[in-house]
Amino acid sequence: MASSHGYWRAAGERLWRDRLARVCVTILAFYFLLVGLSALGLIAKDWNTEVGVSYANPSFMPDYPNPQGQNSLVTVDKIEVDAATRAIDPLAPYYEQIERRAAHYQESIPELSWTLPFGGDKWGRDIVAKTIKGGQISITVGVAAALLAVAIGVLLGAIGGFLGGWIGDALEWFYNIFTSVPYILLVLAFAAVFGRGIGTVILVLGLTGWTGVYRLIRSEYIKQRGLEYVLAADAIGASRLRRMFVHILPNVSQLILVQLSQLVVEFIKAEVILSFLGFGVPTELVSWGIQINEVLAELVLGKWWQLTAAALSMSVFVVAFGLFTDVLRDALDPKSSRL
Amino acid sequence: MSGYLLRRLWQIIPTLGGVILLVFVLFNLFGGDPATILAGKIPSQEKILAIRQQLGLDQPWWVQLWIFVKQVVSFDFGRSWSTNELVSQVILLKAPVSLTVMGQVWLLDAVISVSLALWVAYRRGSLTDRAIMAICTAAMSISFLLYVVVGQYLFGYVLGWFPVMGWSDDFWKNISTYAPLPVVLALLVSIAPSTRLYRSFIVEETEHDYVRTARAKGADEQRVMLVHVLRNAAIPIVTNLALALPALFIGSFLIEKVFSIPGLGREVILAVDRSDFPVIKAITIYLAMLTMLVNLLVDLLYKWLDPRVQLK
Repeated sequence: MASSHGYWRAAGERLWRDRLARVCVTILAFYFLLVGLSALGLIAKDWNTEVGVSYANPSFMPDYPNPQGQNSLVTVDKIEVDAATRAIDPLAPYYEQIERRAAHYQESIPELSWTLPFGGDKWGRDIVAKTIKGGQISITVGVAAALLAVAIGVLLGAIGGFLGGWIGDALEWFYNIFTSVPYILLVLAFAAVFGRGIGTVILVLGLTGWTGVYRLIRSEYIKQRGLEYVLAADAIGASRLRRMFVHILPNVSQLILVQLSQLVVEFIKAEVILSFLGFGVPTELVSWGIQINEVLAELVLGKWWQLTAAALSMSVFVVAFGLFTDVLRDALDPKSSRL
Repeated sequence: MSGYLLRRLWQIIPTLGGVILLVFVLFNLFGGDPATILAGKIPSQEKILAIRQQLGLDQPWWVQLWIFVKQVVSFDFGRSWSTNELVSQVILLKAPVSLTVMGQVWLLDAVISVSLALWVAYRRGSLTDRAIMAICTAAMSISFLLYVVVGQYLFGYVLGWFPVMGWSDDFWKNISTYAPLPVVLALLVSIAPSTRLYRSFIVEETEHDYVRTARAKGADEQRVMLVHVLRNAAIPIVTNLALALPALFIGSFLIEKVFSIPGLGREVILAVDRSDFPVIKAITIYLAMLTMLVNLLVDLLYKWLDPRVQLK
């Protein structure tokens, strides 16, 4: 291996050598594949349709007691309408008319199954499809909000750190304002004003979560702006904007990447909590947080499968992403990886 | 010293002004017309006009901002839009409830995680250390929400060790009956990250020369860890504990919501739900003030704990 590699290629190779990193990348690739397929409408498109009975049992335990399942104790009594009932029924004279009118409408009773692969929720929706759809929305919100927060943080941090002066002071003031309000309170205050919806959650998390990135990028720009390559760029007449974003930015991009992946995990957790509290994704959609919100009532009835599906898929994703962030940081910092 | 204090207090003013401005812009410019929220479902034109006048919404924005600043300075945010209680009354009533739960969490978390951290830092690299650190890492990656939801179901509903939820007017009954389960669940969440953090502080201290000197002089391990190392590691630990203080007043939103504890956190959630702006505004401003004061206190505490620190 005599050929010299670029920084990113070398970092990628360092990352791939780590077995833990390979496992994490595989898991994350699988999740993002599902998110992509679900976003394109190829899978989990019909998550909102009723395909099973209410709280349909998982297929691996069809005999679990369920009032509407196969082993149902509920029998429907068919009441025969005889002359005696007809005499006291005030609607009796209209039966014919009612039936005639009803004939105009076609009624289709969907074939509801007793069991679903991983059970059903209260409205007989398939938990697998619902969890995939929920994951799609939770992950999309997390990634989009992290991109927004990182964009704001990098922009303000670059300006504050590189230019300094009164602009830097003003940005520091701005930073102090945002950090003097406890984070969750800030998020809720923004949520109170902007209302509910996916776009709103992304906006709220992005507008409140940029402070850490700002701090880091600012200090990095203060360090970098005095280095020789920046001074040299200045000497050959590179503009300030060019020095900031063409010369310095690539040199701090590894920090940005680590921050980004940290924020994705943090924001997915935040979205779950916001949705659980009722200030996140609207209830006609689904996310992991909304699923866990529904679970409170289900557990008392002994229906544990939605909790298991949502909790497991969320935890695996968050753990894999968290570990990935750690190995990514090590791989991007060649000094630490020599240890 | 007093010069430093005065300067720091003076520096709080622009930040507080900024928070007031942020809250004002957020609620008065983006917040929609409060009169329509207040007038409820049957908005009659006269009613809306009357409310607008009462709230000063027909005034230009600088007059409204002035009204808001006066509210902040006089600690009088008027009445809640949904319950018509005095906002200051709401806060005074709810904050002690949050403190009853979170104060215990704060105290127990400090005691347990510092002792745990000391123990694993002392046995650094051993199986115990690695096992506890691995458990901490795993515990940290599970969402807080799951602890609360599953914990309530398991301990409150299935095992029946604690009441599923509730709160009373009696302080001792709250402490003995209703608070334990939320406290234990909050501890499960907070101990793992605290232990990891404090362990790193303590491990860093044990690598200093003075520790070797102490050992060389023949001090026993207990004395080295508890007197020499802990005294020096106390500086970042105490800072960290003090910085967590403001959050105690709002308690944990999730815990208060799931266990129906009538604290400030639940009040904020209800207020957001009902678009009850005066309550949210007041709590946000007061919490920001408290955070700034605590930050100042932490700096003073720092000086007291570590006399080498020069306050500039």
